[in-house]
Amino acid sequence: MKKFQYLGKEFARPEGAEKAGGKSYYIHDLERPGMLFGKIKFSEHVHARILNIDTSKAEKLPGVKAVITAYNTPEIRIGFLRDNFALKKDKVRHCRDEIAAVAAVNPDIAAEAVELIEVEYEPLPGIFSLRETMAEGAPLIHAADPQGKPRQNNKLPLKFFHESGDLKAGRKAAKYIVEGEFSTPLIQQSCMGTAGCIAEFGLNNNLTMWTKTQIPFMAQRDFNQALADMGLRGKNTRVIVPAIGGAFGTGLDTHAYEYIAILLAHQAGKPVKILYNRDEEFANLSPRQCSQIKIVQGCDENGKLTFRRIEVTLDNGAYTSWGATYPSVMMLPATSLYKVSSVYFNADIYYTNNTYCQAMRGYGNPELNWPLECNMDELAEAAAIDPFDFRKINRNEPNETTPMGMKVSTCGLKECLDKTAEKLDWKKKRAAGKHRGVGMASLFHVGGGGRIYRSDGSGLMLMLDDFANVYAFYGGVEMGQGLHAVLSLSIAEALGVPPDKVFINPTDTAACPWDVGTHASRGAFMSGNAAIMAAASLREKIFKFAVKIFPKEAAKNLKKFKAKNPDYEAPGFDFEKAAKEDRFDMKDGYIFIKDAPAEPWLRLELGRLIRAIHFRRQGAVLNAEVFYDPPSDLPDWEKGTGNMSATYVYGTQGVEVEVDTETGEVKILRIAAVHDVGRVLNPQALKGQMYGALAQGIGYALYEQVLTREGRILNPNFRDYKIPTIHEMNFPIDLEFVETDDSFGPFGAKGVGESGMCPTAPAIANAIYNAVGVRIRDLPITPEKLLAALDEKNRE
Amino acid sequence: MRKEIVFNLNGSPVFATVEAQKRLIDVLRGPLGEKGTKEGCGEGECGACTVIVDGLAVNSCLYPALEIDGKNVTTIEGLLGAGNQLSVIQQAFVDHGGIQCGFCTPGMVMSVKALLDANPQPTEAEIRDALVGNLCRCTGYVQIIESVKAAAQKLREDK
Repeated sequence: MKKFQYLGKEFARPEGAEKAGGKSYYIHDLERPGMLFGKIKFSEHVHARILNIDTSKAEKLPGVKAVITAYNTPEIRIGFLRDNFALKKDKVRHCRDEIAAVAAVNPDIAAEAVELIEVEYEPLPGIFSLRETMAEGAPLIHAADPQGKPRQNNKLPLKFFHESGDLKAGRKAAKYIVEGEFSTPLIQQSCMGTAGCIAEFGLNNNLTMWTKTQIPFMAQRDFNQALADMGLRGKNTRVIVPAIGGAFGTGLDTHAYEYIAILLAHQAGKPVKILYNRDEEFANLSPRQCSQIKIVQGCDENGKLTFRRIEVTLDNGAYTSWGATYPSVMMLPATSLYKVSSVYFNADIYYTNNTYCQAMRGYGNPELNWPLECNMDELAEAAAIDPFDFRKINRNEPNETTPMGMKVSTCGLKECLDKTAEKLDWKKKRAAGKHRGVGMASLFHVGGGGRIYRSDGSGLMLMLDDFANVYAFYGGVEMGQGLHAVLSLSIAEALGVPPDKVFINPTDTAACPWDVGTHASRGAFMSGNAAIMAAASLREKIFKFAVKIFPKEAAKNLKKFKAKNPDYEAPGFDFEKAAKEDRFDMKDGYIFIKDAPAEPWLRLELGRLIRAIHFRRQGAVLNAEVFYDPPSDLPDWEKGTGNMSATYVYGTQGVEVEVDTETGEVKILRIAAVHDVGRVLNPQALKGQMYGALAQGIGYALYEQVLTREGRILNPNFRDYKIPTIHEMNFPIDLEFVETDDSFGPFGAKGVGESGMCPTAPAIANAIYNAVGVRIRDLPITPEKLLAALDEKNRE
Repeated sequence: MRKEIVFNLNGSPVFATVEAQKRLIDVLRGPLGEKGTKEGCGEGECGACTVIVDGLAVNSCLYPALEIDGKNVTTIEGLLGAGNQLSVIQQAFVDHGGIQCGFCTPGMVMSVKALLDANPQPTEAEIRDALVGNLCRCTGYVQIIESVKAAAQKLREDK
């Protein structure tokens, strides 16, 4: 494997000092001159007709500058199915529905004004379960689709289906068949920095949005559409992304509050900030999609999988955001984790009066991994094969093409499984008894982008200034994951300059080239490949100029050097021959000639060369702009096939637990996590991604759940919604990276932002089963559920 | 009701006119313009707003502004040395990966500062106890613990 100068070594994140010093500025900290504060009036009912909205008292409150409803603003439809509205008219379908909004000179007045808005409703019965919404003749959540066509039922018009191989033959060939029904909960992304934006119109009616987003360019498109809806066709939005206090998928869609800020800013003629407080974030921001999944798998007498059948049903909630498309990612592990020759996958999605959902780390992968990896253990037990051995029998291999048509390049699953078992002392611990047990689960996920649009590209511009500083303009967002660390090191490595000379500019659609968004674990992979391209382009330009300039500057160097060292005898050197474009190299910010004598005067500082290129007649500035689009295909969703990523990641996590059979509490004793990452680019950031994802996986497994009753969220705060604290994360984590050096990856690396969360929950569940012999199929595995299951087992 | 208060902020006396219902964080981030202290929940659950008042780490979102009159307040800005040099604790968080999105970082660092001022050689259990009120969603706390241990050792060596 290639050795690197900066990559793979300990470098801290470049924005770390600002963050540690309290000088990193989030949307919470930004202000604009004359800025007003917006506040939204949400519905008091889960399902109701709106009979009347009286805003007169709010309008009279001193300090209020704008009050808007759907009745005094243009209709703005939002969401990829266009079934949602920035402000709701006629009907509310959930208690997070936005009915009105105000802008006032300070947040206190805005809050008071919202309280003064009076709404008359006619409450309607709601639908809160899949059973009710799927029933024949169920009341319609949306009477018509966005085109006005009447709906027949509550099913969404989305197809996620895959069938490959011969299911019948697979079932026939199976000696052991195990089926099960599983579910996963709504969970909250729980970013420490809540959501917010500032909308500001210029006098020409162009819009600037400072907003917490992961998709600045798709957001620009959405906001421009909203401007057109507002009668401002042809006007443009500039999206600027401030520091982001965690995102985890929350920034993958544009939000009603952003459009409301735009409407308020337009009405008031002043900048308007809307910032969610923690209650609003829990109650009104789309959480992780919940799911119900049926799985059947069979294997032959040797433990080889012969078929897999998976049926997914999703509660979409009242409107559609990206939660509805989780099955597009569920299909990855469903078809491609472990070798299986025949697969059936189908997902149906239904409207209800529950909250609607959007992206969170893993995006359907943890949801599907949960039933799949639990079922793997159950099937192994039926076949009387150790679950580790069972996984090894069915493991994926390099260069295979999976049933979904995914072209695997590198695959480190064998190493991941072996190392995990070794770290856990598997065979011995499996038989430990005393309510202790071990379990494992693996994962398969995209690692080379994820083509869900025609372009999965990333633009990058590099600009060199006269002092050899390198400025990078990249459209992806740093949200804590370490993108800037990896990108600055990748640029330094590929260009041959020290990392501290590389600066990543703030993400701004008016300054950075287009990028599809920071999702699907793609940041490091995409930006790294773009960095390699851009650096190559810059080096080519630099070396071209160096042919003429280098000999002259080197001659000046030599003169100075001789003046200081009178006895020095310079080696004879033929610049004519040596100073050719392909003979130059650059390292540490110095240009030199390959194979040239290692004389100090033959090394030219990059800044000096740049200035010489710049300050001359017909001089030049040195920039490079590139667009990297990975070698992958847009899946054919009719068939459920397509090589949607350039490369794929694998990993295995193993957990040792102890179960308290008196209280039902699960104590994690240790975790082993072994992940195929391609290559390690920045150890600190990579470890951080894995530890953080594991913590979220543990919360998902053991206690996180947005609780609802008739659509209302019951635990909208950190008191009642528990995320792991430093006390919960109190066990050894043995983390190891398998370096498979992928040919598609930048410097061999694959994307790994999400993979650490995918297998954690089933690994824990499998360990619990090994410890006490009960299996919980509904996440989270709470002490209550575990005690009830233990009671039932004892009664048997 | 409005009242004039005077307190020491990061070693210098400051004046503020505060309304009765305002909290310490409102005064810091509002009229005093110190944006380093973050508000994550407003209910004392997440610790992002942690500052030190007379040696004790407190949630500035729960601390009535009127009660700060005459007291000593240290915020994240107050840890920076001459020339905005990061303090040992801050530098340890940077060097050991204790930071990801950074939103919890100022509060986390202030809790660590209060801990290490009172207890220069904390056990891992004592570190965990001191930071249990500071939520972090990004890191899983592993590199935060490493940062605190490194900071404690460096501070002891520097003595």
